[in-house]
Amino acid sequence: MYTQALNSSDGDDRGIEDAGRAAQFQARIDADDRIEPNDWMPAAYRKTLTRQISQHAHSEIVGMLPEGNWITRAPSLRRKAALLAKVQDECGHGLYLYAAAETLGTSREELVDGMLSGKAKYSSIFNYPTLTWADIGTIGWLVDGAAIMNQIPLCRCSYGPYARAMIRVCKEESFHQRQGFEIMVTLCRGTAEQKAMAQNALNRWWWPVLMMFGPPDQASQHSDTSTKWKIKRFSNDELRQKFVDATVPQAEFLGLTIPDPGMKQNANGNWEYSAIDWDEFKQVLAGNGPCNRDRLAARRKAHDEGAWVREAAAAYAEKRKNRQLAQAAE
Amino acid sequence: MAVANIEVSETPLVLYALRRADDALILGHRLSEWCGHAPALEEDMALANMGLDLLGQARELYGYAAKVEGRDNDEDKFAYLRDVRQYRNLLLVEQPNGDFARTLVRQFFYAAFADLYWRAMMASKDPTLAAIAAKSEKESAYHLRHSSEWIVRLGDGTAESHRRAQDAIDHLWSYTGEMFAVDDSERGLIVSGIAIDPASLQPRWLKTVTGIVNEATLQLPANNWMQKGGRSGSHSEHLGHLLSELQSLPRTFPGATW
Repeated sequence: MYTQALNSSDGDDRGIEDAGRAAQFQARIDADDRIEPNDWMPAAYRKTLTRQISQHAHSEIVGMLPEGNWITRAPSLRRKAALLAKVQDECGHGLYLYAAAETLGTSREELVDGMLSGKAKYSSIFNYPTLTWADIGTIGWLVDGAAIMNQIPLCRCSYGPYARAMIRVCKEESFHQRQGFEIMVTLCRGTAEQKAMAQNALNRWWWPVLMMFGPPDQASQHSDTSTKWKIKRFSNDELRQKFVDATVPQAEFLGLTIPDPGMKQNANGNWEYSAIDWDEFKQVLAGNGPCNRDRLAARRKAHDEGAWVREAAAAYAEKRKNRQLAQAAE
Repeated sequence: MAVANIEVSETPLVLYALRRADDALILGHRLSEWCGHAPALEEDMALANMGLDLLGQARELYGYAAKVEGRDNDEDKFAYLRDVRQYRNLLLVEQPNGDFARTLVRQFFYAAFADLYWRAMMASKDPTLAAIAAKSEKESAYHLRHSSEWIVRLGDGTAESHRRAQDAIDHLWSYTGEMFAVDDSERGLIVSGIAIDPASLQPRWLKTVTGIVNEATLQLPANNWMQKGGRSGSHSEHLGHLLSELQSLPRTFPGATW
């Protein structure tokens, strides 16, 4: 249940900003010190991290939906167990990311409300549909692969609770990534239909996955301060390039073709990819992706239909407390 | 459907293992349907966890059935290539999730039985079944605790949760009798000490269930007419839909490996 009220911070001086404190804070960051929940921090640092960690948590929770779409249709019992365990892991990630965000002073309830109302964002990638079983392999291979690229540097993020959460998340993500790749290997070594299914999934997911790293560096709003605060250690374009370079040989191994005929390797060994359709990215972020409405509707439905359960649990806890108090008074 | 059903030699021991495997698979599948849609993240985790336990039990029991049968069948053929009439699970476990109360009452009725059943089966003269029972008993004990706590919370929570929990009990009660029934095939296994007689567990099951239901300020129905048929393949309408979803890929792509 998430009814904890953490957003009142009366009686402390954490809101007071002054140049001396700000300089001390930056000195700690520069010395690679970890910032902990009770430490003083600039309001903008708190706000940036609350936004980033909660968006990350929302992404884990919404991300359960496209993969959850295949749990009841997984093609073998081994795959079914692995997929259910994987989606359960994502839920666990969401839970401890919300907990990490709560240490900054906003309750899970308030953060979740922000997502359900459409105000808070989650990763654009989860607004694409999973049409075939090969999408489950592709999500593990590429989406989790891209997430790992993004998240490994976050294990050294300046904010302690986030960094520690990311260490655990990354371990599980790397397991998911191998699992996804193994699904792709099986499909690519399978029948012609299975191989075509794998190629089709790659065709559909490739560009949206590249967009997961965010806008190109010259257009990114948050990078400068995030870099100064050591929340972000590599730029969007650097991470995207690292991902592409790691993925090209994997696609070759699978015998799949990356849907970018213009792609070529440069003198430094980096794979240069064609222009990304940033208009599509903007549209998906604005709510116009193929599944935005379905995803939010599914989360709202779960939330609304679960309201009576949460109310019952709260009512029962209250009754029980009162009974115990009455007993103690006797 | 492009792929034919398998044939199964249902000797008493194979049939025994398939019945328990089917219970676990179908109930685990039902719980997995909640994934991503539960009333709170903690319950998403818990329901998936119990679904995984049951799926694990099903796989071990199917594996054992395949070994005893000694044909070409395996866990996936049992799960994916038998039709409704070949499935041997209890009617209770195939009932749709409904609301959270319906799911938890179904879980509670089953877990209260499975906990007793697997504990008793640890004394089976069949060492494989005794080992599966030892693992399943630990899992079932948690499932029983989790569902019991929810029955009490829902029954003694708000007026709405009380009404929903009572509806769920009334709706599912007639599917509980089948858990304690024994046919000739299983009678032989009981006599030889391989299986235990579930009828002997019924008084203790009723005591557990009555205790929790009373604590939850709920009531068991007065009507004791019980449905049956799952163990011999006469199911409710719901199982066919579940299977058409569960089996869709292996049925559509003959001979593919996944």
